[in-house]
Amino acid sequence: MSDETAVEETPIEDVAEVDEAREALVATMTEKLSDGIVETFVKPGDDVWIRVSRDAWVETANVLKSEMGFGFFNFLSAIDWKPSPFGRDMDSQVDLAMNPADETTDVGDAPLETGYAGGDTRFQLFARVNDVTTARAVTIKCDLPDDDLTAPTWIPVYPGANWHEREAAEMFGIEFTGHPNLRKLYLPGEFEGYPMRKDFALLARRIKPWPGIVDVEQMPGEDEDGDASEEGSGA
Amino acid sequence: MTSISETEQLRYISQQAADARVNVEIETEGMTLNLGPQHPATHGTLRIIAKLDGEQVVAAEPVMGYMHRGYEKLAEVRTYPQVTTLINRIDWTGSFANETPFILAAEKLMEIEAPPRAQYIRTILHEMSRVANVMLGIGDMGVQVGATTPVFYAFRDREYVLNQIEAVTGGRFHPNFDRIGGLKDDLPAGWIQNTKNAMGKVEEFCDQIEDLMYGNEIFQARTRGIGIIPKDVGLAYGLSGVNIRASGVDWDVRRDALPRGLVYDQVDWKVWTHPDGDCYSRMWVRLQEVREGAKIVTQLLSQIPSGPIMAKVPRIIKVPAGEAFVETENPLGVMGYYVISKGDLNPYRVKIRSASFNNVSITPWLLKGVFVPDIISILGSLYFILGDIDR
Repeated sequence: MSDETAVEETPIEDVAEVDEAREALVATMTEKLSDGIVETFVKPGDDVWIRVSRDAWVETANVLKSEMGFGFFNFLSAIDWKPSPFGRDMDSQVDLAMNPADETTDVGDAPLETGYAGGDTRFQLFARVNDVTTARAVTIKCDLPDDDLTAPTWIPVYPGANWHEREAAEMFGIEFTGHPNLRKLYLPGEFEGYPMRKDFALLARRIKPWPGIVDVEQMPGEDEDGDASEEGSGA
Repeated sequence: MTSISETEQLRYISQQAADARVNVEIETEGMTLNLGPQHPATHGTLRIIAKLDGEQVVAAEPVMGYMHRGYEKLAEVRTYPQVTTLINRIDWTGSFANETPFILAAEKLMEIEAPPRAQYIRTILHEMSRVANVMLGIGDMGVQVGATTPVFYAFRDREYVLNQIEAVTGGRFHPNFDRIGGLKDDLPAGWIQNTKNAMGKVEEFCDQIEDLMYGNEIFQARTRGIGIIPKDVGLAYGLSGVNIRASGVDWDVRRDALPRGLVYDQVDWKVWTHPDGDCYSRMWVRLQEVREGAKIVTQLLSQIPSGPIMAKVPRIIKVPAGEAFVETENPLGVMGYYVISKGDLNPYRVKIRSASFNNVSITPWLLKGVFVPDIISILGSLYFILGDIDR
């Protein structure tokens, strides 16, 4: 039994601190795109993120596909980094939309917290391409200014981007210039609004209280973080 | 004034006349054929608007969204353990496989790892989902091209696999069994031997169906040389799984980029490819996938280590801030979840990369110029599940 416990508690063995292959990829991309690259982030042994400027968005795809061998188009989508004005997640249990007087936490003006490789704007495009011969992959990000939510299309490089861009367009309201058929993909034609934006209210959550909220209550023998104390860990 | 000789002028006139004659002869009134939303070849509700010139497709435009459920939005207002209930329903014929990449992504962010026993059982269930899913796909392809028997064989023999999945998870289609840090339960008594027997049935099915369907002249006539996908086109459209391996791309996430938490590297198996890229080769590679799946499961069953099935995780799961993308080789192709966490109880953003979405996005290109009956062969051989497109 002691052996098993040991196995269970062994942390995941640390991967190399420096990921040479991914660092080399970043170096090559920086060389080829120079000004186009805004920021890069390498998580050793895991993944690599490259943030490019919008002007270099298509050029990045070109370089990746024709020069770097990233022939496999994985996905393309967008992220809305603005925190939701509807405080209906499990941490902030006050619904700001339904209790406007209680504006103790105004998340609307909170500074943007963006993810790996940073970001300066509310909306960010992100796409991922793979190289199937060497099993490498890279995630590309691109900032879009709030007042001009447009980006050039990737279709000439990766034709598979067609539907992904249509989805991002209807869900986030991003316009892809040069896209031949930017109609709605999933939503009905007359649908108004952009559902995946954080300020688009999810109606089901507005009319019915959060069902998972009971889980937050402390159970006997637990501390505040929900960690079971020593006696209770048998289960 | 440039002079033009009389012979040249006459040749010009006769060419014009010939062109006009040809145009008059071929000109037929275009017709729009509405395939679906309820056609059995669409595995759900996909509608394809095909513009025809005679028997040939001039342009095909898939229309989807009849089943869009908005899982990416819904996942943002659910806790991590609750999300698995939703994503079960993406590809409903291989539902345990849908849970795996999401759970692995959450585990990656939390930097925990399931105990070895859980990893083995996870891999077994993932592979059994593939076997059950692809068996249905093979049988269904028979129906698409006019043979009714294979689908009955497929439904009959798939039941052996589903029974085993049900015996351990409690659900035939929506197991909701994968947990962050391990699995919900351990295996029931006698399960290992019963599953080995079930895998024997699966291998029998493969041999039967190979004789019955793959050797059949009509089946070959309906599928050989039809719907050819070149390697680079398939990759640029993001085709994955069997559909790209049948075009000669030797790439399998299980072998080449195995995510932490699955144990495909512990068994002896082979990635099958086919150089042709047509409908027949896709179905042929699928058959080999089922065989390999049964082989993998049988080997893993005799290797399962003992030990706990759940790592130590807090009861209330808060995932540290970060971003992670984990993709696995699912029955229909590569499926991945891009999870962005801000350290809350629920994910900040989940991007679901489903296999069928990309696999079907090639249809406007692929269906151009084919004949009407071949549409069905092509759709059947691409083998998609609508829930996997509409998410």
